[in-house]
Amino acid sequence: MNVFAVTYFAFLIIASSFAAFQQRRGPFMILFSLTLASFVLAIVGGTSALRSVAVGAGLLAFAASIAYCFREFLVIIMPTGIARELRTAPLTAAFGLFVIFTYAIAGIFAPWIAPYGESEIISSAFAPADENMLLGADQLGRDMFSRIVYGARNSVGLALVATVSAFFMGALGGLLAATKGGWFDQFLGRAADVIMSIPSLIFALLMLSIFGPRIIVIIIAVAIIYAPRVFRLTRAVAGNVVVMDYIEAAKLRGERTWYLIRKEILPNSTAPLVAEFGLEFCFVFLLVAGLSFLGLGIQPPTADWGSMVRENATLISFGDLTPLIPAAAIALLTVAVNFVVDWMLFRSSGLKE
Amino acid sequence: MRDILGLVLKRLGLGLVTLLVISVIIFFMVELLPGDLAQAVLGQGATQETVEALRQELGLDRPAVVRYLDWLSGAVVGDFGTSLISGDSVGDAISDRFLNTLFLAAYAAVIAVPLAICLGVLVALLRNSLFDRIANVLTLTSISSPEFFLGYILIFYLAVKTGLFPAISSLSGDMTFGELLERTFLPALTLVLVVTAHMMRMTRAAIINLLASPYIEMARLKGAPPWKVIARHALPNAWAPIINVVALNLAYLITGVVLVEVVFVYPGIGQLLVDAVAKRDFPIVQACCLIFAATFILLNLAADVGAILTNPRLRHPK
Amino acid sequence: MTRERERQILIDRIAKEARRGRLSRRSFMSHATAAGLTATAATGLWTSRVAAQTPTKGGTFRLGVHDGNTADQMDPGKYQSVGEIQLSHTHRSYLTMITSDNGLGPDMAKSWSATPDARTWTFELDLTASFHNGRPFTVTDAIASLNHHRGDKTSSAAKPLLESVVDIRADGDQAIVLELNQGFADLPWIMTDYHLAMLPANDDGTIDWQSQTGAGPYRIIEHDPGVGTLLERHEGWHGAGAWFDRVEMSVLNDPNARQAALVSGDVDAVTSVDLKTLALLQRHPDIEVDNIPSGSAITLPMFTDVAPFDDNNVRLALKHAIDREEIIEKIVFGTGFPGNDFHVSPNMPYFPADIPQRAYDPDKARFHLREAGLDSLSVELSATDSVLPGAVDMVVLYSEQAKAAGIDITPVREPSDSYWADVWLKKPFVFVKWGARPTPDNMFTLAYKADAAWNEAHWKHDRFNELLLQAKAELDETRRAEMYREMCMIARDEGGSIIPMFVNFVYARRRNVQHGPSVAASWEADGARSASRWWFV
Repeated sequence: MNVFAVTYFAFLIIASSFAAFQQRRGPFMILFSLTLASFVLAIVGGTSALRSVAVGAGLLAFAASIAYCFREFLVIIMPTGIARELRTAPLTAAFGLFVIFTYAIAGIFAPWIAPYGESEIISSAFAPADENMLLGADQLGRDMFSRIVYGARNSVGLALVATVSAFFMGALGGLLAATKGGWFDQFLGRAADVIMSIPSLIFALLMLSIFGPRIIVIIIAVAIIYAPRVFRLTRAVAGNVVVMDYIEAAKLRGERTWYLIRKEILPNSTAPLVAEFGLEFCFVFLLVAGLSFLGLGIQPPTADWGSMVRENATLISFGDLTPLIPAAAIALLTVAVNFVVDWMLFRSSGLKE
Repeated sequence: MRDILGLVLKRLGLGLVTLLVISVIIFFMVELLPGDLAQAVLGQGATQETVEALRQELGLDRPAVVRYLDWLSGAVVGDFGTSLISGDSVGDAISDRFLNTLFLAAYAAVIAVPLAICLGVLVALLRNSLFDRIANVLTLTSISSPEFFLGYILIFYLAVKTGLFPAISSLSGDMTFGELLERTFLPALTLVLVVTAHMMRMTRAAIINLLASPYIEMARLKGAPPWKVIARHALPNAWAPIINVVALNLAYLITGVVLVEVVFVYPGIGQLLVDAVAKRDFPIVQACCLIFAATFILLNLAADVGAILTNPRLRHPK
Repeated sequence: MTRERERQILIDRIAKEARRGRLSRRSFMSHATAAGLTATAATGLWTSRVAAQTPTKGGTFRLGVHDGNTADQMDPGKYQSVGEIQLSHTHRSYLTMITSDNGLGPDMAKSWSATPDARTWTFELDLTASFHNGRPFTVTDAIASLNHHRGDKTSSAAKPLLESVVDIRADGDQAIVLELNQGFADLPWIMTDYHLAMLPANDDGTIDWQSQTGAGPYRIIEHDPGVGTLLERHEGWHGAGAWFDRVEMSVLNDPNARQAALVSGDVDAVTSVDLKTLALLQRHPDIEVDNIPSGSAITLPMFTDVAPFDDNNVRLALKHAIDREEIIEKIVFGTGFPGNDFHVSPNMPYFPADIPQRAYDPDKARFHLREAGLDSLSVELSATDSVLPGAVDMVVLYSEQAKAAGIDITPVREPSDSYWADVWLKKPFVFVKWGARPTPDNMFTLAYKADAAWNEAHWKHDRFNELLLQAKAELDETRRAEMYREMCMIARDEGGSIIPMFVNFVYARRRNVQHGPSVAASWEADGARSASRWWFV
């Protein structure tokens, strides 16, 4: 028994007793079952296993505290209406908001945050991390940290623009199809079927080979690929809304299509659309990364997380963790976005518990 | 039942039209690709004369529309042409690989679909608990790293470091079924990780969506235990969206696995398609794309029929 | 006496370990000298006992090949990918071959001779050779195989190689005679080209490539393009070697898959390794890496008839703005040799070693830019990773280096599948890789002669072209070497191509696979003949 293990168990037992004393059943159950599980873990895996549990729990606690502080911060600075909503947000959603906020700051102020330029070569290849380079260097000797920061601007920006355009096209089409109906509806529906039946990677590959791998082409190709999915969803959701009595009433009032969409249908179909947005955003990210695997992504030397994973991917087969850094950046954002989406979904479902 | 049959027939008809449109799109996209088969085949060694000679040899000097109609007239009677490069019939070139792709997709689906649905029900039951959060984070992390990278990580830990599974999934004819399962375990696992999250989240969302409806409230007030509320009352009404997303993911398992095939050297149809695009071998590209499209259309149809069967109300749309 | 015996036993054991591949040459030397041998004696021991060990027959050799496609072909005129080249040297044979010590050796031609003007060549055939279907090799086959790449109708990529051949005829039933329209001293070297495989002739004078037969050391049992090939020894093979009973070639295009398969023992050797992890792979106890200077050049041709490259000062500025050392260190991780802007590799005969190496000098680049009347320069440079893994990175690196000289190079990543059709010879400044060519004449004629089809820099230099013709006919070796030296100087200082480096072939095998003391540098894996030259210990 070393000092670490003693401290570890002492902390757990004291914390669970405290929770029990305070009549907090949930925390007590978690803490005490963790204590029991740790006995088994310590026998099987020794102190190192306990250490990883402690690190994991520490990280979790750290994330939770950050999320808590950030929620309080938002509650204070936001106007009352939004603040009231925010107060009900679970910690996961607050954490998601925090990550998104950080990425946004990194992306917008990239040139000021990054210590070096996006393509500036400052050291030898794969130099390890030191006080100048937080995360070491990549295969050409560029600062990994700076490239991650610029990547926030390029990759997230690209994925965001592409997803937004897909949503704009898809949702607009879906709403119009639902309101107008008839041959217009049929036509759009069949067109969406056609596009969806072509595998997305192949479609993007063909588009990019034909028009050259420029950013604008990537955005358009991705938007075309994902718009039909949004279209189908919107069409289905709006289809349910259109048959409601209040829409009938509005139609009889003589309101125009545009008014119907804007004032009546859209507000009643946002929730599923927002939920879809979270996942689609991730898929767009991955599609762009997949394209860069086939050599068709964003043009170098532009920093792009997908390409950064690909460029260093083979290192993983020797246990080198360099490629995990950009991959983790992608994963963190995906998780964060979906946390926020979950919260919105929960709010709109009307479930109160 | 008759209206379902009618629906199926109508949708199959529409599907054929869709396939025709796709064949036109694909043909002209391949035409628009820079360079042609002759240049691609001869590569760096091409000269003007040899390119011309090869074009003539393969009939590429005829106008595009003529070549398309030529292909179409064959396709209508089931003859999808021959590969311009190897001279094999398209059926021979594709069938083995398509079976391989189907096998891998089935392998992954058999694991992923029950897993995703069970997990989805479970997290809906335990919503907002620690378990829900952890399951969410893990599945989201697994879909948010590019799938080729996921494959690399699995190869490193499960093949190179521990030697539990072979690093590459090359197949040979005399393998037993057990060997086959072992050889293809890593690509299947990669695919499972890729598709599980989407299906699980959709299951969870579909169930939670229903939990606020009055009849669930009613069941709860009657004092039914939470698992019973979900399994008996919520799930049956949630099947339609779940089946939909399962179909979408099954289609993905068949049509979207190029990268996994490359990483694990698995002889599936995706690799063939990418190579055929690179070499501008139009009949192969066309056939692969049509197979993919047909898969997608059929799975969609199956999903709709499944939704109708599980929810009789959908049989009589207003 | 006993000490002497102990030493002998120790040395025997070291030699045995080394034979089994557990000791590298370097550690063998240090162990042997530690055991009391002099360095010369140790070297002698290495060559006599370790390296010259007799190979043993048997085993299934599993080779992981990079760059194989489902579109790979059996028609030798359309060979292009590494996969096709590796396979063709395993199941087919050629008239001549590059030997493992990089000389020219006999294959299906026993010997060859030329008239003094080098315009008529006679190849004496090895009639003990036979095809896999049992048919003996005849002059008709040889003539048909070469004619496959000639004539107006041929679609063979090797057509330009045989452009100067005007007639091929049989000389009895033992030899063939090639009639050329100009003297060509390097013709026997050309016969090693991977397209010019010998195949059985059909009655109409065409060749039968469809049946997958050949006269090579191994016969195809099963072939699945883009997946792999299973072969077994052709017992009637006319050559030496072919130690393995069976050969299993698998296409492993993904670098990570290749590496993982080699490390985990799923294959015995791979034709290429990922250079980023080379240092890590070399440390692996079961893996032996072969790092072979290949004479394969990276060139960055600039159209010399298009502004701004039509001004030699601009070209010189660009040539001075590239840091070759850094590129070799970061792009090929030390597995290369710096180029000097002339296309003669150190492997070639007549390599002018005394020409000073051009170094990275941004000030000089600026100076040349000013001479050209420019303050700054902005150009686009196209590349794609399928030409060389890391090609795009190299262009990015170059563009960073050139910034110090006020030159702005925009890297353009082009789609890989139409690179040769739409970028090379079409865009004014591109990235190209050339396979090794045996002689300077061969290289210059292909890509630097004023009227060459592949004159990738549109470069026309009168003195250079005059020297090229003179050197062809020059029989005095010293004079010829001087001419090539002058041509290299002209290309270096006035030519249209930047040649940053010559890249090595880097491939790897597991320790239980052995090869002779040297390997051919013409292709990956011992000139693509690993299957017939290597063996298991």
